[in-house]
Amino acid sequence: MSSGGSFTDLLQFIFMGLQRGSIYAMVAMGFNMIYNSTGIINLAQGEFVVLGGLMMVSLTMSANISLPLAFVITVFFVTIVGILMERFTINPVKPPTVMRLIIITVAVSILLKGSAMCFWGKESHYMKHFSGTEPFEIMGATILPQTLWIFGILIIIVAAFIYFFNFTMTGKSMRACSINRDAARLAGINDRKMVMLSFALSAGIGAIAGIIVTPIIQMDYSRGALLGIKGFGAAVVGGLGNSIGAVVAGLLVGILEALGGGYISSHYMDAFALLILLIVLFIRPSGIFGSREASRLKEF
Amino acid sequence: MAQRDYFGLIIVAVIVTLIPRLIENEYYIGILVFTALNCLTCMGLCLLMGYAGQISLGHSAFYGIGAYATGILTVTLAWSPWIALGAGACFAALVAVVVGVPSLRLKGHYLAMATLGFGAIVHIVFVAAVDLTGGPNGIARIPHLDLFGIELSTDKSFFYFSWAVVILGLFFALNLIHSRVGRGLRAIHGSQDAAGSLGVNTARYKIQIFILSAVYASVAGSLYASFVNYIDPGPFDVMHSVLLVTMVAVGGMHNIWGALIGAVLLSILPEFLSELSDYFGGVGISYNPDYDMLIYGGILLAIMLFLPGGLVEGIRNFLRFSFNAVAKIKRRAFS
Amino acid sequence: MRRSIVFTTVMTVVCLFFAANLCAESDEYRVGCAFAVTGAASWLGEPQKNTVEMLAKEINDAGGINGKKLVLYIEDTQGDNTRAVNAVKKLIQKNKVSVIIGPSRSGTAMAAIPVAEAAGIPMISCASAEIQLEPIDQRTNIFKVAPNDSDAIRIIYDHIVARGIKKVGIITGTTGFGAAGRTLMLEMAPEYELEIIADETYSPADTDMTAQLINIRNKGAEAIINWSIVPAQSIVPQNIRQLKIDIPFYQSHGFCNVKYAASAGESAEGTIFPCGRILAVDTLPDDNRQKPVLHDYKTKYEEQFKDHVSTFGGHAYDSLLLVVDALKAVGDDPKKIRDYLENAKFIGTGGVFQFSPTDHCGLDKTAFEMLTVKDGKFVVLGQ
Repeated sequence: MSSGGSFTDLLQFIFMGLQRGSIYAMVAMGFNMIYNSTGIINLAQGEFVVLGGLMMVSLTMSANISLPLAFVITVFFVTIVGILMERFTINPVKPPTVMRLIIITVAVSILLKGSAMCFWGKESHYMKHFSGTEPFEIMGATILPQTLWIFGILIIIVAAFIYFFNFTMTGKSMRACSINRDAARLAGINDRKMVMLSFALSAGIGAIAGIIVTPIIQMDYSRGALLGIKGFGAAVVGGLGNSIGAVVAGLLVGILEALGGGYISSHYMDAFALLILLIVLFIRPSGIFGSREASRLKEF
Repeated sequence: MAQRDYFGLIIVAVIVTLIPRLIENEYYIGILVFTALNCLTCMGLCLLMGYAGQISLGHSAFYGIGAYATGILTVTLAWSPWIALGAGACFAALVAVVVGVPSLRLKGHYLAMATLGFGAIVHIVFVAAVDLTGGPNGIARIPHLDLFGIELSTDKSFFYFSWAVVILGLFFALNLIHSRVGRGLRAIHGSQDAAGSLGVNTARYKIQIFILSAVYASVAGSLYASFVNYIDPGPFDVMHSVLLVTMVAVGGMHNIWGALIGAVLLSILPEFLSELSDYFGGVGISYNPDYDMLIYGGILLAIMLFLPGGLVEGIRNFLRFSFNAVAKIKRRAFS
Repeated sequence: MRRSIVFTTVMTVVCLFFAANLCAESDEYRVGCAFAVTGAASWLGEPQKNTVEMLAKEINDAGGINGKKLVLYIEDTQGDNTRAVNAVKKLIQKNKVSVIIGPSRSGTAMAAIPVAEAAGIPMISCASAEIQLEPIDQRTNIFKVAPNDSDAIRIIYDHIVARGIKKVGIITGTTGFGAAGRTLMLEMAPEYELEIIADETYSPADTDMTAQLINIRNKGAEAIINWSIVPAQSIVPQNIRQLKIDIPFYQSHGFCNVKYAASAGESAEGTIFPCGRILAVDTLPDDNRQKPVLHDYKTKYEEQFKDHVSTFGGHAYDSLLLVVDALKAVGDDPKKIRDYLENAKFIGTGGVFQFSPTDHCGLDKTAFEMLTVKDGKFVVLGQ
């Protein structure tokens, strides 16, 4: 029975961690998007993932729409939800105090969760894997084709991110807004449009994360909160606002969680990511990849 | 304490003594006991949110700590429920120090997420530490409290007792607000830096209020355990923390009376909706509690968008506005 | 003047509502039900509510019990402890029921038990945990119709021992159901000379049990038992398949849900699990004593609600029929109903019940049948 040596196990845990971590990384990127443009932590971030997953299940399993088309429709739909959220709940808040914004994003997350429950029901929904369930074997450890899809899409998103923020006008404008909003406005950038755009992009990334992870984890309406907070953990570890840091940190948190669950105790598996979050928050709120000066702890 | 507040306290006391005479049915009394427990927790949370300006999305953890302290100490170690209640409060205070000292240095969103993470971890411990907490099976046969030899086993006796605790808590909180600490806190809420420069020890005040609110929640939790006689991790999850914040925000976080009213309204709401369903079920109108989440979320969002000061402040402003309008019309009519 | 009119109107309406409540007719039998009709555990409560409503209509259409109408008061616990306590109080104090059926979940049942005990109203729980009935001298009014977890373990352990297996790895969900099973499995293993070499858990929100399964594999388990009632349990067989672990795989009776088998897909094929007979009625031998009851319930339920029948609805079916028997025999005095239930004999969907003053469950391991999944369907496991 004990065919696997300890190295194989380690490898297996790392694969598992990378798969979990990829999702945290995407959620963390979503957090950063909105944080950079508004300074808000969107507590409804996890719900975007849930919406993406559930929508995709309906389109592919019930409506029998082909995968690529369903993918596009789902991302579009969740993006609209993100824009509506910004237009109707964030934009009108004057004055935008921290406490109000926190509670509002909490309220939106409850509303999205409740709507998802009323619309999709309480049971968990499963979805066909993109390309079969026959696992590959790499040095004794196994990996599902779906996991490779997840890695691939994460890499594409990161590449698109780098391109967008460094080589397009809109991306550069967004970066300018995040560095100094007033200065950006003086330079003729429409900062309010940038805020809306950041919600749209952030919701879109959430949706993609939901779509690719659903075949493995089976989506249900209540998964948002935990995904959200673990994603936030990744964002903080990577230094809030630092997207590349978030990706590395997301993968790291995933791996630590898998190793903790495998070698220490599966009973406390969910607690590991949260513990990492608390430790980093308490000891080094600027994150392990951000320098203290670079991380501007915004007033809100 | 302002005269108004004394007046309010007396009104609460009068209502509490009258209710069991007006309502014979113990079922309604039972609901009001749970209401009292929520009031107690929300008062503490209101001090933290409205006066110290710090948000906690993990307060059900302290509620749970109190409940589990009572459960574990009375059932496993056969301690008196009173000592267990005290021990729970001390432990909650200790945990509040450990969590609060580093996390209250954090601001706004960081603090929200830190408390959220803390609440989630405590819930996981309740579930996973099976040897201590009974895990998901919980702890059964928790003894009743007894007061001067009278066992508080009926809903009515516990009703009087729990509301007496609420009034006591209220009295203490009101005194605190009008003391030096309270004035310092209000200064923090306005501007932390300005208050600090005026010699207000902001960090110490904030941590003290955090501890106090943890103790309030813990006492409420202990009472919950003694009242229901059974606990499992269910009632102490993150969703309950969010519900507590909702209660405070709906009533009005800048006013302890607001928090009290918010807690009463939202504690009674689900039972009220179920009663309505019973009455109108005959004519085919029924309410599906699956919509609870939409209702709570909707209320919270609406309050935050349109009445950020909460219901109490909203009503006060409305009254003032209509009073002024009436006065204006009268003036115009006479001139 | 106007104010007093408004006041009088309001007071009249209020009084009318109260009067409507107080007018208790004596030509009816009042039975209370507390089920998790909505909320996260609604997959338990919904079929239970449907079942009792269907049965009550049938009974009343046939002229009621002893010429009296059967009136059901159904309260929704939402699977929440506090709401369950309130619901049971409402049934007892406001609706004045003589007996209560439910709650659906073990946690809510544990919270409601002290209320029913204190009021002296018999309560027939539809939840499975055996701790509900402990200690029996303080649970004189509490009964349960769901089969015992320990009996499910007995039948699994028998099967494992017969295969000559000695080392078992267990993986359990961290809910009331999973935790109760875990404790019992650990306790009962020595009796069967089995060694639990790995003891892993997963939370209902868990998405990947690879880590736990690797530990079970590495410790040299010869069989795996997965004990849970939440949907996450269907991820376990998928992970087992992914890791290419090839040893016998058992599930608990919490797997008795056609949807779980569907979501586990091909990887559920060959899973062995104990279950009430309701899910495999068609493959039962004809001489089975329960077959007529099961067949009757299944046909009626599936025809009326266009949904798969479940063991959970079956618990409500058994409870209500027990209550009806009691009402027929002794009327609606709670004390007499209690005394009747304590000696009741009854063939229901859950098994052949035989209650006694020391056994308020009345079922043994014969309540279970070993089933397996074949082509996505539940069938009785042939030897």
